[in-house]
Amino acid sequence: MLHLLVTISKYTIMIMFAIFTYDCFAVLRRGIKPAKRERMYKKQTTLIYLILLNANAVLLCSLMDFRIIIMTFAEMVFIALTMLIYRKMYVGASLSVVNNMCMLLTISFIVLTRLDIDKAIRQFAIACVALIITCLIPLIVSKLKFFNKLSFLYAIIGILGLGVVAIAGSTEYGAKLNITIGSVTIQPSEFIKILFVFFVASILYNWEELTELIYATGVAFIHVLLLVASKDLGGAAIFLVTYLAMLYVATKRPILLIGGFAIGAVGSLLAYKLFAHVQNRVIAWLDPLSVIDDQGYQVSQSLFAIGTGGWFGSGLGEGMPDKIPVVSKDFVFAAISEEMGGVFALCLIFVCISCLLMFFNISMSIKDQFFKLIALGLGTIYGIQVFLTIGGVIKFIPSTGVTLPLVSYGGSSLLSTMIIFAVIQGLYILRNDQESEIEDGETKRTKRNRDY
Amino acid sequence: MARQKEPREIEIIDLNPKKKNTSTKQKPKKNTSNTRNNSYEEKPQKENKTSRNREFAVITYGFLALFISLSVYFCYFLVFQSEDFINNSYNARISQLSDSVIRGNIISSDGQVLATSTVDSEGNETRSYPYGNMFAHAIGYNSNGLMGVELDANFYLLRSHSFILNQVLNDLRDVKSQGDSVVTTLNASLQEAAYNAMGSFDGAVVAIEPSTGKILSMISKPDFDPNSIEENYSMIALDSESSVLLNRATQGLYPPGSTFKILTALEYLNEGGSDLDSFDCNGSYTSDGYEIHCYGNKAHGTESFLDAFGNSCNVVFSQVGLSLNLNSFSSLAEQMMFNTTLPTKLSNVKTSSFTLEDGASNSLIMQTSIGQGDTLVTPLHMAMIASSICNEGVLMEPYIIDGVVNDAGLNVKDYTETEYGNILTSVQANQLETYMRYVVTNGTASALQSDSYEAYGKTGSAEYTSDKDETHSWFVGYAKSGDKEIAVAIILEGAGSGSSYAVPVAKTMFDTYFGY
Repeated sequence: MLHLLVTISKYTIMIMFAIFTYDCFAVLRRGIKPAKRERMYKKQTTLIYLILLNANAVLLCSLMDFRIIIMTFAEMVFIALTMLIYRKMYVGASLSVVNNMCMLLTISFIVLTRLDIDKAIRQFAIACVALIITCLIPLIVSKLKFFNKLSFLYAIIGILGLGVVAIAGSTEYGAKLNITIGSVTIQPSEFIKILFVFFVASILYNWEELTELIYATGVAFIHVLLLVASKDLGGAAIFLVTYLAMLYVATKRPILLIGGFAIGAVGSLLAYKLFAHVQNRVIAWLDPLSVIDDQGYQVSQSLFAIGTGGWFGSGLGEGMPDKIPVVSKDFVFAAISEEMGGVFALCLIFVCISCLLMFFNISMSIKDQFFKLIALGLGTIYGIQVFLTIGGVIKFIPSTGVTLPLVSYGGSSLLSTMIIFAVIQGLYILRNDQESEIEDGETKRTKRNRDY
Repeated sequence: MARQKEPREIEIIDLNPKKKNTSTKQKPKKNTSNTRNNSYEEKPQKENKTSRNREFAVITYGFLALFISLSVYFCYFLVFQSEDFINNSYNARISQLSDSVIRGNIISSDGQVLATSTVDSEGNETRSYPYGNMFAHAIGYNSNGLMGVELDANFYLLRSHSFILNQVLNDLRDVKSQGDSVVTTLNASLQEAAYNAMGSFDGAVVAIEPSTGKILSMISKPDFDPNSIEENYSMIALDSESSVLLNRATQGLYPPGSTFKILTALEYLNEGGSDLDSFDCNGSYTSDGYEIHCYGNKAHGTESFLDAFGNSCNVVFSQVGLSLNLNSFSSLAEQMMFNTTLPTKLSNVKTSSFTLEDGASNSLIMQTSIGQGDTLVTPLHMAMIASSICNEGVLMEPYIIDGVVNDAGLNVKDYTETEYGNILTSVQANQLETYMRYVVTNGTASALQSDSYEAYGKTGSAEYTSDKDETHSWFVGYAKSGDKEIAVAIILEGAGSGSSYAVPVAKTMFDTYFGY
């Protein structure tokens, strides 16, 4: 009977998630009436609850751990609270972004419960703390006016933080990422990347002289070098791409984008020549099975999981995701694909794309150049991080040891991503406030219909 | 519920900036609410939405391109690549499949069941092999590790493409579904004929269909009964002297003996030699104090090079060997896949070896030219060489799994042949065909003359100890009749001359295959 429940549930969960994903894009279409859009958001929210209930029911039956009942209840309260904050406290927040955030967190809760319920509980606790911290961020962002004046502070904190990690960080899988203070281990680069975006934006939003570009580029270069020194090449790639995207939008010079990528390519080549740890990743990427006892073990196990799970997955609890090293962090996508199916995993990619499109879309429509660059930079961080982690897991690119935002286990990653989402919400609300002021006047005069 | 301001998240990035320009409404009064941002107003070119959208379009479409390629690759992996990974022995998940699936049957190309599983009333599964020892190495076993087709097709045997409602019903009743059957390229009647013809000799037989690479027959002796492998495993595995578990067809490394004269002859012809070059043989030849005899010390008298091949004359071939350019001889051997991994779909195939460097001693050159010396080959390799000669120089990669069918006999997966490419030019293949035909019409394999097919080949008696009287009996060759072709390699350990022992096995196989 358990098997039947698992089998039926894997299809129902997949179908519900596919509908959710479809709505992520359907809601973006022009010409949808506000009432209909509101209904679609509510449908998405309902689907989140249903997926959570369905998956946790399966996990309860297969793991027989009664903490899952309490967890389910707590998680539903968490989602309800998040919805409440963004629907009532921040009228005008992007419900699309809220729904996507809750969906990704729900997937995280499900897969972590499956992998290790203690980790799931810890992750949930961090999510609760993060929710409390971040619920004020949209307010702060939209009310405080001096964020563009603190460039020096951002740069100092960023460089010092990364410098400390490079010198005193603890090594994990060949890279120095973490600082342990007492019993708490944090990954400073997760937070410094947000400060970095603020730094770059505060220099570039009103640049006039070449010296300002050189200053920004120099500081960015130091950040990247410190990450390379810590052998955190995934992190270095995130900082570099984010800087280039912001530089390009601020200067409108394609040559800087192309030149930057060329330098990045030369840098990667140098890193390949210099670091054995990079060479190993490339070897494992080219032919993981030939080095399966060694460098290729993790990627091979990941591909075994994804391949054996196939399009429809083995069903929750029926696979062997534990065979993959670091499955709850960098390789969580493989665990999801194995048990919940390739279709589900593909939908997950599309939900991430929908988030990214929303971020860029918000950025594009902000008129304030400083906030525009912030939204762009944070969106780029999110996008490149999703790409690096999923690409590494499915052997599309060499694995870089990056986590999947909101889904992977890890407090720093979760908190920093929720901050990113909250900042973007703040910018979105700010933009809507500005627009409504303009539009109120305009509508009175013209009474024309909105064109979307 | 408070009425919400409708968020403007509908504005999907528009690549057509002109259209955008006309549809966006708030151009005026940029500074009404904009107290802190000066740059926007200060730089008039930035007001232009056309150029503002271009950067966003580049970045957005750049990311979209990345993610679309990512998704396409993901689908590509699931559809085309995943099976290579799933079917890996490191993948612990496969054994889990047997909890819900009855291991499928293995079937010969002529429809005989070679392996099947039965389930008793308590749900215990038993694997049985109706042909017993006959397919022991080719089909392998499924206990104490895996081997043969049981290994190579493990994943397919443990998957069920049974009718979907059946599977659901089985799920409900908590019984296993019937796994898919794997159809091999093996021909059961040919296998049986060859197996019996080998008699009590140890050794190996490989038969390949030259035009496709299908392995028609594969035997290794001494053998074992896969039905009782579980009980007898430790006894069989510990017997290191006869290495019963070794598949001699793919892993046995033997001196090729006179069958190697195929390569020596080709090198001689490549270097300008001719069929009609005349030699004298008085039964032995000495160079640098090393003496080579013809088989049974027979003196062949005055003979052409073609005759020498037909007679398998060691005297002529060791003389010829001394005249060859060793570098080009070595590169010919490499071109014929010595010292390289054989291109096959089988697992655990050994690599043949050939070494003859510039400055090698005369004795080593003479021995190597007649297939002794340090050269070692697998029977499969020799069959592949014969197969490519038959196929105008084109080698097809040997394979043994032909397809997968579900329990109702419907196709699930078909394997197609893979062309490796030319290891010989068609001119070289035709030259060798003339020589190998001459061996049948005028030489050591005359027993293979038949009205119903045309046979080609080369016999060999390979010395494997210092006692020159103890030899492995070799035959390497092929036969054709109309469109039907078969290439074989046969070795009988310690049996004696090739013509007396291996050739009759080849004759039985050809007769069976062409339905004589």
